[in-house]
Amino acid sequence: MSMQQNIENRLWDYIDGTSSVDEKSAIEKLLESNLEWKNKYRELLEVHGLMKSAELEHPSMRFTKNVMEEIAKYHIAPATKTYINKKIIWGIAAFFITLIVGFLIYGFGQIDWSAGNSTTDKYIDLNKIDLRKFFNNTYVNVFMMINVVLGLMLLDRFLANRRKEFRKHV
Amino acid sequence: MSTGQSDTEIISRVLKGEHNAYAELVNRYQNYVFTLTLRFIKSREDAEEVSQDIFVKAYRSLADFRGASKFSTWLYTIVNTTCITFLRKKKLEVHSLDNEKVFEVADSQDSGFRANLVEQKSKVNMVTRAIAMLNPDDAEVITLFYKAEQNLEEIGRILGLETNTVKVRLHRARQRLKEKMETYFAEEVRDLN
Repeated sequence: MSMQQNIENRLWDYIDGTSSVDEKSAIEKLLESNLEWKNKYRELLEVHGLMKSAELEHPSMRFTKNVMEEIAKYHIAPATKTYINKKIIWGIAAFFITLIVGFLIYGFGQIDWSAGNSTTDKYIDLNKIDLRKFFNNTYVNVFMMINVVLGLMLLDRFLANRRKEFRKHV
Repeated sequence: MSTGQSDTEIISRVLKGEHNAYAELVNRYQNYVFTLTLRFIKSREDAEEVSQDIFVKAYRSLADFRGASKFSTWLYTIVNTTCITFLRKKKLEVHSLDNEKVFEVADSQDSGFRANLVEQKSKVNMVTRAIAMLNPDDAEVITLFYKAEQNLEEIGRILGLETNTVKVRLHRARQRLKEKMETYFAEEVRDLN
């Protein structure tokens, strides 16, 4: 950041009123004694004033009428919190946590803990890691994955139906 | 006709079934919403359509407004997301602040009416025009801060950014605005000094 930029940033903070108390008094002292700071401050204050005076744009005269005509076709949707059931959210969380824990338990169960002392080895030979031990049956893995996907699809349909029913009642 | 009621009072009337009260909110915020939309979408016709859409969206989700923030902050969040979605749909490029090309694009867009701009003598008109020349990110943050009366924290909530990031973005936007004014309104800026 250049010196000029640093001065500007500090002055903008001062103008916006976001400087700390110490910084504020330091800047005030600089504004009294330093001509460069004084001139920059005046310049930025002018820009600040101009930005405040910028005009707002106006839409057409019929704007409000158009909006009111449009909203007449709709109803206010019920607040999200009324149709999101916390039990379902917790259910989804429990499903995923169980899934992850299940995989971990299964994975750790497959490790041969009696194999070699790793403290003597400086490096782990990645080639020696046999991932097939963890997931040794392709069909089982594919089956589990399909089940997970189907489970999620089912849950999605269930939630969509519940939302639809709720809207009908409202 | 203004009733002098607060936004929250009007909202509770609307939620109780007094739908016409919503017109009061539309009247109150239409210029702000339209100005912000116009910062993104340069065509007035499209901006008006999108602004209407924003008010319809806000109406439909009114039950979700819990009063945790100002109604205006909540409304401007809808402005921000709707405009970005509109631009994405139109496949227009929304330039990020760090994109160097922003200036080239802005300059090329501006060059067409540069001649007319020289004739703009009014200070207010000058700064309004200069803001319109900025890229949407810069113009939005300046409009939210100076015209829509949102503080840095509220702007952060609207844009989904940290307060400090908003502060940096505002600094940069002001810097770029100053550059625009010096480039395109050199005469007027000289008159000011």
